[in-house]
Amino acid sequence: MKRALAWLASVLLVVLLISCGPGGRETVNLDGSTAMSGVMAALREAYRGRTGEVQINCSGSGSGAGVEGALSGTCDIGLSSRDLTAEEIARGAVGHVLALDGVAVVVHPDNPVRDLSRETLAALFTGDIPRWTQAGGEDRPVAVYGREAGSGTRTAFEAALGITDRCAYRNECCSSGDVVGGVASNPNAIGYVSLSALSDLVDALAVDGVPCTLETVRAGTYPLRRPFLLVTRGDPAGAAGDFLRFALSAEAEPYLARAGAAAPEEA
Amino acid sequence: MGRGSDRAARCLFFLCALTTAAALLLIAAYLILAGLPALREIGWKDFLLGKIWDSAHAEHPQFGILPLLLTSLYGTAGAVVLGVPLGVLTALFLSKAAPPKLAAVIRYLVRLLAGVPSVVCGLVGMTVLVPFLRERLDLPAGDGLLAAVLVLAVMLLPSVVEMSEDALAAVPRTYEEASLALGATEAETWFRVSLPAAGSGVAAAVALGAGRAVGEAVAVLMVAGNAANMPSLLGSVRFLTAGVALEMGYAAAGSLRQQALFSIALVLFLLVVLINILLYLARGRGARP
Amino acid sequence: MRNRRVENLLIKALLWLSAMGVSLLLLAVAGYVCFRGAGNITLALLTEEERFLEGTAGLLPAILNTLFVIAASLAVVLPLGVGAAVYLTEYAKNRWLVGAVEFAAQVLSGIPSILYAMLGALVFCRRLGLQKTLLAGALTLAVMTLPTVLRTTQESLKAAPRSYREAALGLGAGLWPMIRTVVLPASADGVVTGCILAAGRVVGETAVLLYTAGLSMAMQNFSGIQGLLHASGTTLSTALYVYAKERADFASAFAAATVLLAITAVINLAAAAVGRRVRRV
Repeated sequence: MKRALAWLASVLLVVLLISCGPGGRETVNLDGSTAMSGVMAALREAYRGRTGEVQINCSGSGSGAGVEGALSGTCDIGLSSRDLTAEEIARGAVGHVLALDGVAVVVHPDNPVRDLSRETLAALFTGDIPRWTQAGGEDRPVAVYGREAGSGTRTAFEAALGITDRCAYRNECCSSGDVVGGVASNPNAIGYVSLSALSDLVDALAVDGVPCTLETVRAGTYPLRRPFLLVTRGDPAGAAGDFLRFALSAEAEPYLARAGAAAPEEA
Repeated sequence: MGRGSDRAARCLFFLCALTTAAALLLIAAYLILAGLPALREIGWKDFLLGKIWDSAHAEHPQFGILPLLLTSLYGTAGAVVLGVPLGVLTALFLSKAAPPKLAAVIRYLVRLLAGVPSVVCGLVGMTVLVPFLRERLDLPAGDGLLAAVLVLAVMLLPSVVEMSEDALAAVPRTYEEASLALGATEAETWFRVSLPAAGSGVAAAVALGAGRAVGEAVAVLMVAGNAANMPSLLGSVRFLTAGVALEMGYAAAGSLRQQALFSIALVLFLLVVLINILLYLARGRGARP
Repeated sequence: MRNRRVENLLIKALLWLSAMGVSLLLLAVAGYVCFRGAGNITLALLTEEERFLEGTAGLLPAILNTLFVIAASLAVVLPLGVGAAVYLTEYAKNRWLVGAVEFAAQVLSGIPSILYAMLGALVFCRRLGLQKTLLAGALTLAVMTLPTVLRTTQESLKAAPRSYREAALGLGAGLWPMIRTVVLPASADGVVTGCILAAGRVVGETAVLLYTAGLSMAMQNFSGIQGLLHASGTTLSTALYVYAKERADFASAFAAATVLLAITAVINLAAAAVGRRVRRV
């Protein structure tokens, strides 16, 4: 028993000693919109290829949390997939437009519905259409998958359809991927996610006849559009500032496109 | 050597104890103090009995936690009602009726699974149970109270089995031998003698299970659907823990919304303390033979 | 008489049925996870980090982060918990103080982890400016596991025979030499059990780390004070959560779950093997 204890103590000591050795890199912690996790993963890997010295960490906890984190200092750069509110700007938040994104309306691949008007969409999400037959589908109940209050995608989607705070959600998911997973496992479901979070597990609907693609978002013809923002408090210095400049530069654009988001200048 | 080191050691250990006690007491004090302002501002009646939780509404946010509170209570009660009888019967089997080798195998299994992380239970729940419920019961979506109750019941099974078996093992054999000698069957002995004698231990197991169910956040977050509806068995519901978890990152520091989350935390804390007091009482009764 | 015999048989059947049911249920859960996960575990998954641009998953950072969080939280909780236990059982004369600390520990061991998550995020991440880092997560977990270490150490201290202590004191040893040579060695099994139980809780914990440790899947560099302070990312359990809930990548989620199950099984069996059975209250 004594020996086990001695072993344990020495292992602990070694781990800690390794931790406290010389060297170390600068770290930039980003936190916020889960819709932006794909874009940020692409940028992080691109940036690491460029400079090996800086550690970039991205966490996904929701846009509101990202803005709040940037303001309260729990992260260096916040990620927001909606415009900042007047209150947030008054508290010192600065938003830098990283990219433009479409909010894709998604259904299960087995669902025959392929195109919906904005009115029908609003009626589906507010619960006025309880069965798919009324929206041109099979005789199934409608299960509305949405996001939790505070999500940038939810705020942007509801605002674009004019149904803010009126949606009748069956399920409130806590990330973009959660909506994809939920909708992919349920033929009754309809939900909304970032264009960049789309996968072949679900099908994206056309809205008012316009499909949700990088081109239509870029051209501005797809109606459900919102920005991806990098949020800071003031002008960040050091590694965080360097990363911010890289992300907003032309060099980052091809990576944005690979992750499914449109660079802002072209829009 | 001697005096000096003696005193130094004493001081050091005292500091440790003080830090521990302070950490523990501060947490309790913080939970209580932070939870009060929103209760005062919203009014405890509106807070506890309000039926609408809409904390992010642009103009009229509403902070009624009745749907969350009832969901947590129903969910816990459901898990206990399903899990405890099954667990206690299994414990009875292990300690009285099972062939020793089989009992050892099952005990091993239960022990092995006592520590299954809740996120794994949630994963199985969301990939197996939720689609299954949707198809079988022809629901719009399978996430909801029923799914959460089933997942929680499975999660509290191992600890109920283990603690009940410990309690049953502590019952003196002479009680059972006396009962058998008087002509009672084995089943009668187990249910009329062994179980009542182990009652306080079994009660402790129930309280422990209930505490775990009430406090579970991640697993219910994954299977309950999380819309803050008044609870219905097949509908989407939000637990108190999920209420805190979902919005914790969003609430601006010092806002009423954040304070309301603290108040939810306080309610959760009080529920756990209540369950702990019950546990304490159950134990106390058991201590007096 | 026949009725009673039939009843006896029926009840026995019921007991068999429920025990088999419980065993099958537990086996089914574990079996299903391994069934879906084992096929997805590859060497690359365990030894590489995730690459978004190539579209591959990787668990190595999560595994290393898990080890770091275990080590860091134990490094904090061990001295504190053991020291406090020694004080309470060997030095403290004030019954009321001992009772108060023990009751507080009992209550706090029952507090839902989501509340620890909330407090950790407020105190360590915001107030102390640690941001969402593994260190903040480890400190929160240290507070959370404090009651466990305190209790197991205390139990084993109480179990050390009185006569040993009296003999040492009778030989003229001071209180501290007595504790060093008699009490602490005798409590080693309790300390080890406490460590194993605490490590088990850390490995299985998701809620606390979701809100205090960050969700980055990138490889962390632990070297230097910078690395120690700023490393931030997922452990195995939060990586599982991210794959399942944020990526809808269930293949990787089940692979992570299988690894997690294997680790917790080892920890659980180790805890059972160490000395007497410790109640998990």
